[in-house]
Amino acid sequence: MSPEIRPTAPALVVDNLRKTYRNGVEALKGISLTVQPGDFFALLGPNGAGKSTLIGILSSLVNATDGDAQVFGVSVNNQRSEAMKLIGLVPQEINFNQFEKPFDICVNEAGFYGIPRKLAAERAEKYLKELRLWDKAFYQAREMSGGMKRRLMIARAMMNEPKLLILDEPTAGVDIEIRRSMWQFVSAINAAGTTVILTTHYLEEAESLCRNIAIIDHGTIIENTSMKRLLATLDVETFVLDVSEVPPELPRLDGIGFRRIDERTLEAEMARTQNLNALFGALTAGGITVNSMRTKTNRLEELFVRLVEQGRAPAREKTA
Amino acid sequence: MNASTNLVALYTVARREIVRIVRIWTQTLIPPIITMTLYFIIFGKLIGSRIGIVEGGFSYMQYIVPGLVMMSVINNSYMNISSSFYGAKFQRSVEEMLVSPMANWAILYGYVIGAVARALVVGALVLLVALFFTSLHVAHPLVALAAVTLGAVIFALAGFINAVFASKFDDIALVPTFVITPLTYLGGVFYSINMLGEPWRAISHANPILYMVNAFRYGVLGISDVSVGGAFAVMLVFIAGLTIAALQLLKRGVGLRS
Repeated sequence: MSPEIRPTAPALVVDNLRKTYRNGVEALKGISLTVQPGDFFALLGPNGAGKSTLIGILSSLVNATDGDAQVFGVSVNNQRSEAMKLIGLVPQEINFNQFEKPFDICVNEAGFYGIPRKLAAERAEKYLKELRLWDKAFYQAREMSGGMKRRLMIARAMMNEPKLLILDEPTAGVDIEIRRSMWQFVSAINAAGTTVILTTHYLEEAESLCRNIAIIDHGTIIENTSMKRLLATLDVETFVLDVSEVPPELPRLDGIGFRRIDERTLEAEMARTQNLNALFGALTAGGITVNSMRTKTNRLEELFVRLVEQGRAPAREKTA
Repeated sequence: MNASTNLVALYTVARREIVRIVRIWTQTLIPPIITMTLYFIIFGKLIGSRIGIVEGGFSYMQYIVPGLVMMSVINNSYMNISSSFYGAKFQRSVEEMLVSPMANWAILYGYVIGAVARALVVGALVLLVALFFTSLHVAHPLVALAAVTLGAVIFALAGFINAVFASKFDDIALVPTFVITPLTYLGGVFYSINMLGEPWRAISHANPILYMVNAFRYGVLGISDVSVGGAFAVMLVFIAGLTIAALQLLKRGVGLRS
């Protein structure tokens, strides 16, 4: 049975959500955001920013102090059961019974959503195969590697074929190959129409996958925009240059700042409006041979750090 | 979710519990059989043979069989649900159910069905072992089955509430050690309260286990220290009260939601 969703409603509306824990910690200070259907949305923030509290409220594991969230127009507060039917959750921590078999974990999960056992078994086979776990389906889950356990949680979250899939740091501690295969799977799910909300500390993942982004810090949203628009605000980029030898005197050029890292490494910070020819011109004039070059950090990472530091600056000044 | 989808969820929780009990049968089914066999040998055979006829023309061994069956039912029902539900909390696998749309009653009674299933299997096995030591003719089979089932439900509900409040494994051992075991031993398992003088006889009526043991003893032997109708009424009141309390705890998310 499908819940009474509003077809034109956003996938998620968070409205002035607040959470103060019993110990007095104010984890969310009245945040609001909207995620459109079909979006691949990044929810970023440093540790302790409030991301997991927000996800906890959306998945009904945490009771909000105030405010509400609506999933496709269905209130998490007032129509919990109907809202939960629409959500699939991949939590940060492993939270299945490790003595159970992956097949049983998936089939039981479907059962909790009222899905008949025959259909549940078909879906379990489908998703365990798609996530390359079928050969482990009938062994105890505790025998699986960390990456496999994380993929199992994705398969489990797909059992109710959710309209909104929430992934809370799903690739933490997962090797690059498995991480890529996980993103291929999630991208395909998103392309097929499922809205995806992702939290991650691997910002290159967020940059390459997500179309929209919210950055949360100290329980408030400090940025909420499209990924393209956010990246366009990055006005400075830092390059790391592997050179034959760093001369005692560094080149001087307006708009580009050079910094010596060691005898064979230089950093060049330059405005994005500057073209790279000017940089290479200065290096050539200074007699410096460049062997290779890379950006110092991922662009989103640079912006993320800047935004979080800006957000914290007044607090530091106050305490200074 | 509507009733039929909640029934699927209820079936899923109950089935998972029963699969767990069977998977770890050496921990769930064998130990109570060994313990009760020792009771039958020591209390029934060795000591009981010197006591002779107790009440209603039954030997001491025959007299304690219903009490020992009920004792194993109570203990296994309680231990099953408290360890399983607390284990799910500890491993956080309880979140699988909490984030699902299933109703709280389906979570609660899924676990209760699992606990009652284990209790009834253990009870049947203990009864089977008893037949190696004595002969029994079950006087009122339906009364016996109803009494043992309701007793198992009561202690399953109590064990569930204990697990909801528990924040460490020690917390689920406290109640069996300090409450259930004393009440069971003083609940007419090994003796008739008619053997007691006042005020102990009157005080014994405050022990809920007395009613369960005697309702089951009536079902098996046809004798009871208390009114059987009253015993069933007490059990039903306990079930209603504990169900309401457990559902309230789930609704409020005590020990489960932040």
